[in-house]
Amino acid sequence: MAVVDGTERELTRSRIRIGDRLFRFWAWSMAALLLGLMLLLIYELLDGAWLALSTFGLEFLTERSWNPVSARYGAWPAIYGTVVSSLLALAVAGPPALLAAIFLAEICPRWLEPSVSFLIELLASIPSVVYGLWGLQVLVPAMRDPIQQWLYTHLGNLPAFGCQPLGIGMMSAVAILAIMVLPFAISVSRDVLRAVPNDQREAMLALGATRWETIWRAVVPFARSGIIGGLLLALGRAVGETMAVTMLIGNRPDVSSCLFSPAYTLSSQIANEFAESVSPLHVSSLMGLGLALFAITLLLNGGARLLVWRVDRGNRRRR
Amino acid sequence: MTTAERPLVTTSTLGLGRSDSAATLVRAAGAQAPAAPASAEATSTLSMHSMHVERLAAGFGRFTAVDDITHTIPARTITAIIGPSGSGKSTFLRCLNRMHEEVTGAWAKGSVRLGSEDIYAARIDPVQVRRRVGMVFQKPNPFPTMSIYDNVAAGLRLNQWGRVPTLDEKVERALQQAALWDEVKDKLFQPGAALSGGQQQRLCIARALAVEPEILLMDEPASALDPIATLRIEELMRNLVRNYTIVIVTHNMQQAARVSDRTAFLMMDDDRAGRLVEQGPTDEIFTRPRDKRTEDYITGRFG
Repeated sequence: MAVVDGTERELTRSRIRIGDRLFRFWAWSMAALLLGLMLLLIYELLDGAWLALSTFGLEFLTERSWNPVSARYGAWPAIYGTVVSSLLALAVAGPPALLAAIFLAEICPRWLEPSVSFLIELLASIPSVVYGLWGLQVLVPAMRDPIQQWLYTHLGNLPAFGCQPLGIGMMSAVAILAIMVLPFAISVSRDVLRAVPNDQREAMLALGATRWETIWRAVVPFARSGIIGGLLLALGRAVGETMAVTMLIGNRPDVSSCLFSPAYTLSSQIANEFAESVSPLHVSSLMGLGLALFAITLLLNGGARLLVWRVDRGNRRRR
Repeated sequence: MTTAERPLVTTSTLGLGRSDSAATLVRAAGAQAPAAPASAEATSTLSMHSMHVERLAAGFGRFTAVDDITHTIPARTITAIIGPSGSGKSTFLRCLNRMHEEVTGAWAKGSVRLGSEDIYAARIDPVQVRRRVGMVFQKPNPFPTMSIYDNVAAGLRLNQWGRVPTLDEKVERALQQAALWDEVKDKLFQPGAALSGGQQQRLCIARALAVEPEILLMDEPASALDPIATLRIEELMRNLVRNYTIVIVTHNMQQAARVSDRTAFLMMDDDRAGRLVEQGPTDEIFTRPRDKRTEDYITGRFG
C-alpha cells in the first residue's frame, strides 16, 4: 500500500461508490418503466380488442364492411386507406424532398440556406388541424375543379380517375399528407447529405465530374441509406397522421380503386367514431383498429431498419 | 519490390524492349485482345506537355496562401513540392487542376499553362482541365458504394451517356498501371473500401489514371500509409513517370529525395503567404542548396 503523508491509502471500495450504485439503479428502473409502459399499452389494446377479435376472428382484418347497425365490423377499408394514402403521399413527396435536400445541402448559397431551412422547418410546426382547415378551404376546391375534373375528362377510363370528382376523398388526403411529411423528409435528407465527407466530392470532381455528376454519383450514393431512413420516417408520420386526414378523406369505410372517392384511415376512423360508439362490440372493434395501426407502424419501423441495414451491408459487400 | 520488376503493359511502346513480357502479362490477366492493340492505344497516355506556372497567387477570402509563384514542371518528371506546414504546398498543387476554387471563398490569380493553354483563361472549363490533370489525395478516398471495378470506371463513365466502349480493357490497364491488378483481379466486384489502406490508395491512383490524364497531382499520397505501402507507392511513381508528369506534395524529405527528379521548396514569409524559395534538380537542392532557408529546412533546423 502506498504511504502518502504518513497515512496509508486504502485500496478497498470507498463509500463514494454508493452514489454510483444509486445512479445505476435509477437509470435501470427508468428504462424498465418505459418498457413496462410499452407492454401495458400492448396489453390494453389486446384486452380492449379481444371482444371484436373473438367475435370475428382473423376475418376482422379482411372484412370489407363496417356497419354498426348490422354489427358487422371489418378493418380492411381502414387498413387499405391507411397504407394507400401514406404510400402515395410518400411517392408524391419523396422526389421533391430529395431535390430540395440536394439544393439545400449542395447548391444553395450559404447566406440563403438558413432562411430557407427555417421556412421548411416551419412547415413542420403548423398544427395538423390548421392544415386540415387550409385543405378544406383551399386545397379541396382547387383539387375538385381544375385538377380532378381534368383527370376525369381526359383519363377517366383509368380506374384511378374513373369516378365522379368530389374534391373530398383519397386524392386530397394524399396531397395534404404529402405536404405535411415534406419537411421531415427534407430535413433528414439534408442532414445526411451534409454529413457526406468532402473527400468524396473532391474525388469525383478531380476525375472531371460536373457538379451534377458529383452529386448523383458520389454524394447521393454515399448518403442513400440515410435518405431511405428519412423517407421511411416520413412514411411513419403519414401513417399516424390523424386530424388533417380526417378532415379531408371523406370518412367512408370503402375500398375503392378510384382516387376521387371518399375513404377512411385507421386513425381517422378511431378519432371519428370513438366518442359516439354505440355498443361494446363497436368500441372493441375500434380498439382492434388501434391494434392494427400499432402493428403497421411496428412493421414499418422494422422494415425501415432492415432496409437501412441491408443497404449499409450492401455498401460494404456488394455482389 | 514486385512493382519495380514487373513491366507495365505500356512499357513496350516506349522502346524499353520488354514487349514479350508485357504480352505475357496481358494474356495471363485473361484479356482476349492481343497485346499489340492494347499497347498501341496506351501511347495516348504519354504525357507531352510541361506546365508553366507564372506569377500565381491564391488564397481564401482575405488570406493569401501562396504568392508570386513562377515555376516550370517539365513533362515526364516527378516534381516534389516540399516546405513546412502552412507554406501553401497543397494550395499550390490544387491550383494546377483548378480544384482550389472548389472551396468557398477561394481565389487564384496569375496563369498556369498546360502546354500552350492557360487553364485559367475565361473560356476554359475546369471540368476538362481535371480530366487532363488528375489528382490523388492524402487520405485514400475510394467510393464506398462502388466495387473495385466501378471505382476505376467512375471517371470513364463521366461526361457521357450510355455504355463506355472497351471499358473492361481500360479498367484492367489502369489497375495494371497502378500495380494493383494481380491483387484484385479475382475480386473486381467486391467493394473498394474492403481493401487495405495501401491498396485503397493504389485503387485511387488507378481511378485517376483510368481517364488517361497527362499530369498526376499527388497530395501527400503516402502520409496515411505504413512504410511498406509507402515504398510501393514510390516504386509505382518511378514506373509511372515514364508516361506521366507527376507533381507530389510531401512532408517527408527522404521521400522527396528518393522519388523526385526536381524539387521546389516553398516557405511562408512574414505575411504568412507561401513563396517559392528555391527549385531545381533534386540532388542539387538536397546537396548544394543555394538559399540558407532551404538548407535550414532540409537539415531539419526548422519545420
